[in-house]
This record gives sequence, structure tokens and C-alpha cells, in this order.
Amino acid sequence: MTRNTISQKCKGARDLLPEDTQAFRFIEDAFRKSCLSWGYKEVRTPTLEYMHLFTAAGTLTPNMLSKVYSFLDWDGWSGERVVLRPDGTIPVARLYIENLRQNEVARLFYVTNVFAFEETGAENRERWQCGVELIGSNKPASDIELVSMAIATLRQLGIKDIQVQLSHAGVLNALLDELKLNSDEEVRLLDKILDGNWQAFTEALPKGSELSRLVSLLLDFTGKTSGFLENLKAMPQLSANLKAALSNFAEIAGLLDSLNCRYRIDITSTRGFEYYTGLCFQLSTHGHKIGSGGRYDNLIPLIGGPKTPACGFALYIEPLADLIQPETRKATGSEIIIRCEASTAAALKTSFKLAGALRQAGLAAVLDFDSRQQGQCQTVIVQDAASFIIIDPSRNLKKEASSIAEAVKTVGGPA
Amino acid sequence: MSTKKNDMIKLALPKGRLLPATARLLAETGLEFGDYTPGTRAYRLKSARLPSVSAKIFQEKDIPVQVAVGNYDLGICSLDWIEELLTRYPTSAMLKVADLEYGKGDLYLAASRYGNIAGLKDLSAGSNSWRIVTEYPNLAEFAALSLRLRRFRVFPVWGAAEAYPPENADLALLWTKSKAELQAQGLVPLKALMPSHVFLIANRDSWRTKNVGRIISYFSRALEMKDKPWLKIRAKSVKSSDGFRPDSDEEKIWLALPDGHQQPPAADVLIRAGLKVDGYSENGLSRRPVFKESWIKAKVIRPQDMPLQVANGNFDLAITGKDWLLDHISRFPASPVRELVDLGFGKVRVVAVVTQEFPADNINQFKQVQDGRASTIRVASEYINIADKYLRDNHVGRYRLIPTWGASEAFLPEDADLLIENTQTGKTLAQHELKILDTILESTACLVGNSNSLGSSFKREKIASLVEIFRRAVEDN
Repeated sequence: MTRNTISQKCKGARDLLPEDTQAFRFIEDAFRKSCLSWGYKEVRTPTLEYMHLFTAAGTLTPNMLSKVYSFLDWDGWSGERVVLRPDGTIPVARLYIENLRQNEVARLFYVTNVFAFEETGAENRERWQCGVELIGSNKPASDIELVSMAIATLRQLGIKDIQVQLSHAGVLNALLDELKLNSDEEVRLLDKILDGNWQAFTEALPKGSELSRLVSLLLDFTGKTSGFLENLKAMPQLSANLKAALSNFAEIAGLLDSLNCRYRIDITSTRGFEYYTGLCFQLSTHGHKIGSGGRYDNLIPLIGGPKTPACGFALYIEPLADLIQPETRKATGSEIIIRCEASTAAALKTSFKLAGALRQAGLAAVLDFDSRQQGQCQTVIVQDAASFIIIDPSRNLKKEASSIAEAVKTVGGPA
Repeated sequence: MSTKKNDMIKLALPKGRLLPATARLLAETGLEFGDYTPGTRAYRLKSARLPSVSAKIFQEKDIPVQVAVGNYDLGICSLDWIEELLTRYPTSAMLKVADLEYGKGDLYLAASRYGNIAGLKDLSAGSNSWRIVTEYPNLAEFAALSLRLRRFRVFPVWGAAEAYPPENADLALLWTKSKAELQAQGLVPLKALMPSHVFLIANRDSWRTKNVGRIISYFSRALEMKDKPWLKIRAKSVKSSDGFRPDSDEEKIWLALPDGHQQPPAADVLIRAGLKVDGYSENGLSRRPVFKESWIKAKVIRPQDMPLQVANGNFDLAITGKDWLLDHISRFPASPVRELVDLGFGKVRVVAVVTQEFPADNINQFKQVQDGRASTIRVASEYINIADKYLRDNHVGRYRLIPTWGASEAFLPEDADLLIENTQTGKTLAQHELKILDTILESTACLVGNSNSLGSSFKREKIASLVEIFRRAVEDN
């Protein structure tokens, strides 16, 4: 240990220790397995992207953009900035446009890190997520597919009491349209709403109007079935856009009802992402946010692709890793220690040969030349090429073997 | 820390534009500093009345950084530079203490009256990548993001931002005293970003732990005065630079000419080359000088900004220094900018400098001394990219770069450990009790161009002929 114990790790960065990595892997593996079983294909996108991909109107809010890690590359004399990927969906949308647009429907998933500045440095500036994108379908069934898939994956991770909150960006946008603001004012109000300031919205409404009554019904109540939305839809003097958005919302909620999927409707649960156009959903358990998703039909045309409907979701790995039970984490078996007591070339060769044979048999073998490995693991002591002692503390067993084959057999023998 | 040292209060005061009014304010309140006068050569000032108060004179741009890093307890500078820092680094340890009300102006996003941008609406149309020139790159990026510009590129410049639109940039973000001044420069204001006037700022830790209140009370007294003579001191107006002439369709070669002390020798080279030009003499300097050869279009900008402009094809040729070319190449190694002709004048050396007491005579010894100290080296330089590369190449471990905007020699030893600076004779450095550790570059003025021959064969031929004209002028000398 050096005297200087001040960490040299960047502020807001995190080391994943073996135990953390094991939990991360467990989540990723379960997620991959789940996605493959739903017919999704895995992709990876670069860590660096051009900033203009994210500045296109309606992709990320200015508040999110102000936290993006952006810089000039070594060939950035043109002033074109690059960013550390601040979001998982937009790069996948770009990947789709550039490589997969001939596919009518693309089902893609990824495990990726995203970067966002966080002032105190107490929270992670680099975060990991498991993402899914279903590109090319505008059917409510697609929204349902994603909600179901997210819940199924979380259940496989052993997460209990999953809460689903539903909101609808189309309803929100239709309400904003009713205010008849100029584009500058509308953008500013939307920014506030997406940053969670719903009061700004109610303040912008004309007092005592039909609209303000409708909005207060929307904001003040949270519904638990599609009936709530049907009631809203029946209100007088709704614009065509608002009616269409509410119908879409009600249809999806109705389908979830028929699948016995429980949810809460909370229009204020939409946060952060300006690119959502339809259903938005948030996943949580006991107050921990563990995932979110939604429909983004305008994103692909906004970044230069053809008009393509799409939706997706992401599960947040860090909070999930904290929630996973210790017994779930310990998925892998323990390793076998090979202790080589003689330091001759022949003994060394035998140890490596034995380790190779154990690995071939599907076991993990650790070579120990320093006699430092301790604990409850099975240990094979190599005395020479024809003399091995096998110790298994858990079975309270000590046996001898006279060949590598016999040693492997004894180790791998019945517990 | 001894109590005595803790009682010392250090102020960062601006030079240039704000100096006369600031000096007057300080004098009126009884906080005057002896040598704080226009044209002063002193950097370190002692309070005439309070022995525990000292001050240093900085370029205005440097002051928010100096206060934020804690080198100075208090500083005086205008809001635009404060916000330029806070926009990018919102957690800077600096707070605004008082609005001192003078030095009033506004930051505007503006376009040229002669271009095709008349209002903000024009910026959201089409798929242009808007070129924004500015001395405030952080504020420009922030403004572009909040205006939802889909694509934009920010070109930071050292000055003369008003000269670029419409031909060499689409937009300029700049400080101006008034809308009228902006219009006199041929610009149309698109959006007022913020009003800017002078503030008293404090370092956050000084504010928490030191008695800076006794100094602040001098300023409070000033703000409560009925008569505030310093408000009447006006900074000099910039000259109108609206020399725009509409173009014929004929293709042009864009040449960037240097302002400042490089201007007279550059004008001399033009004469020797037999090129006739109006508006590029010390008496009659225009931002848009006119060549007799109608295919040459010229603008007068800062030599520091030229390599980046040539790399982007905003100018075809430029007269700048090898120092600024190297600074550009150090940052962008794949840049297409090349030196075409060595013009010979403006000879300076770019050197690594420390104080005379520093126990090292070359960069290796410097590194050894610093390695022993295990502290982060503070490196001040105008040539931030040359400095960065130089330190990397010499395997200097932990260093922090402090960008400066001139008068860097004042930074040693209190506010920096090492300086990367230019010098002609070394005399100024010796006067400030500094010594040279290493020479990084011998620089002279040069003509630079873009190695990706952009444009038509006409353009390439004309560029080649102009390069030939300059080469002969230098050889004949």
C-alpha cells in the first residue's frame, strides 16, 4: 500500500469489483436469454457519436444536453463535436437507419453504458442499461409486447412487487397544442414538464376552461384500469388529436387489462425524453426505479431516416444489482485449488497438466504456487507426477491418487 | 496556515477596457492601488492604505478562472466572462457578490445584414450546419442548444468576431455596448442573450473562511454614493467596420491578414509583393481591405484564429505565425493546414519559462524537482495546445493547464509553476526575474494554405500564383 490513499479514480466513476461484476453479469445473462427467447437480436453501437445526432430537435432536452460529455476529436477542426453516448436508443435508431432499414420490423437489444454529468460526483456519471428496441411497428400490440417482456425479464431476475406506471406523450402533446403557444414558448414549457415541473403546465392553462378541468382530472387522479381513460375520452370538446391519443392510450390499457397486467395511470410519470410520442411506462419496485420505456414514432425521421414507428425500453442495471438476492448472485460453482509443493520443473508440468485436465472436465482450476489460497475449496496437492492428495473440507475427505486421471475422477466424484 | 497569511486579501483587477472606470471606483472608495493606471507596466500592486491587501492585474477573461481556482479572493470583471465559465463549469467555486453597474453592454447572437439570415426563424429552416464565431464558445454552445439548432459548429476566436459574417461565418456571438454599435458593424441582432456589466466576485472558500467583508464594505460604500463618477467613464467605441461590398459572381481567393503588431510588417510584405491594397495601413485599417486585384478578397482578423479558419475553408490563405500553426496542429494533427511560404518577419521563440530561483535549468531537471514534490504542476500559456503536447512529449506526469490571454509572465510564481510563452529577446522575461528552460520553437510569420485543394481549377491556379508572388517577394528581399 502506498502512503497516499487518495483515490485516483475519476469523480463520479465506479469500479466494478468481482462481486459487482458477477451481479452485473447475472442481470445481463438473464436479459440476453429473455431477449433471444422473444426473437430479438443483439447489437452494439460505438461509445463515441457525433453530437448533432442528439441535438436534432425533439431528441434530448436541453437540460439533458447540458450534461452531455462533449468534446472536439483530434480531427475536430471543423468544430463538429463528439459525445460519449448519452442515451442508448438514439444510436440504435441511427444504426437501424444506416444498416437495417430494409427490414420491415427490427427487434434489437443491447447492453450498454451511457454517460451523463452529475454535479456532486456522488452518483455515477457512467451508468449501465439493458435496452430493447422494436422498430417498424405502430401496433398497440407492440407496446404490450415490450411491457410484458420487461416484466417477464424482471421476474426472471427474482424482482418482486413490480409496479408499472403508464403515461402517454401523445396525450401530453395534444394538450400542449390546445394551449396554442408559439413554438418557442411551447418548447420551453415542454422542457419544464419533462424536467418534472408540472405546475408550469397548470399555470399556463386558462383558468376555468374545459381544458383546465380536463387537465386537473388527468393530473389529480391516478387510474388503475382503462375505464379511467374511457371516462376522460367521453368528455366534451376534445380536439381530434387529443381524442386519438386518448383512444390509443385506452386501447393499450384495455389490452393490458385483458392480460391481467396491473398498472397505474399517472400522466406525470413521463420524464426527460423529448422523443416519446405515445405510451410511456416506468417500472419500479418499492420505490426504486428500475426501468422505463415508450414509443418514439418521430425519432427516426428526425435523425434523417424514413418515417418509421418504433418503441423500446431500458432496464437500469445498477439499481437491479442492488436488489438481487445474494443467493441468486452466487450462480457459479467454486474452483479447485492445485497446490504444487515441489518447485521442480516436473512437478510444475504435472500441475499444469492436471489443471488442464480439470478444465477439460468443465471445472475451474486455480494454480497455487505460493500456498496462499485458503478456505473451503477442494484442494489437490501435487507431490510428484504420480502422487496426489485430494482434500475436500466440505466432505471432510482426504484421498490419495496416483495419476492425473484418477485425481480428476476423485475431484469430480459424487458429492 | 498562519493567521497572518489568512488575513491577506488578494484582488484580481482587470486591464484594458475596464481599467479606467475600475481605477476611479477604487480611488473614490479609498481602496486605490498606486500603479493601477492605463498603460501601467506593473502587474503586482500594493494597496495605498491597507497593508494586508494586494492585487494583480489580469486580462479580464482570466479573472473568473483565477478567482474560481482560489488564487485570488476577490475579482472584478464583467458578467459575460463569469457566465462563460459557469455555463461550462457550473460547480466553479466562485460567487457573484455585487453588481458594480458600470461597463454596460449586451451579448448578442447576430448575423450579417448582407447575408440571408434575417431572424431566428431562418435558423430552423433547412439542414445547414451553422457556423458560429465567438470569443464565448461555451455560451455559444449553450445558446445553440437552447435555440434547438439542429446542426451547428462553434469556432472560438480571439477577437474580431464581428468581421466574419456573412462570408466566413453565418453567426457571431459577441459583446456590444449597444444595438446601434452592432448595426454600425453591419450586423443584425437575432437574439439578446444577456446584459453584461461589471461584477465583484469572490472565491467561495475565501467567502466562507476569510474576512473579505472589510474589503467588500468599501464597494458597498461606493454603491451607496449619490455621485458615481466612474459610471461616467466610457470605454472607447469600436470603429465601425461595415465595409461590406456586394460581390460579383466571379470566384474569389479569400486571404486573412493579421491585425495588431503583425500588421505593419505584413503590409510591408504586400508592398514588396507588388500587391496594391486599400485599408490595410496603420492609419486607415479596415476589417475588409480592398485589393486592386478583384479576385483577392481579404479580411483582417487575429493571427491566432487563422489556422482553424483555413482548415475549415473559410479562408484560402492567411498570414499568421508558425507558433499559431503549431498550436493548431498540436490540437488537430490531421489538419490540412500547411505552411506555404516563410515570410521571415515577426521572429519569436516559444520557450518554457520558470522563475530564476527555481532549482532547475532544463526541462528534465524541472521534471525531477516536480516529481519529488508530487504536486500538480500549474502551467500557464497562451499556446494551450503546444503546452499540452510539450508536457506530454516530456512525460510530465500531473499538470494542469491555465489558458491565458496575454501578459502570462505575471503568472509566475504565485499563479503558475511553468510558463510556455513567446519572447523576442528574452529581456522582458529577465525583467520579471524569469529564466528559460527550453526553446520549443523558433517562429516567424508565414503564409498558410489548405492542402486539400478546395474549389475549382481557377481557384487552385490563383492560389498557386499568389503563393509564387509571396515567395518571390521574400526571396528578393
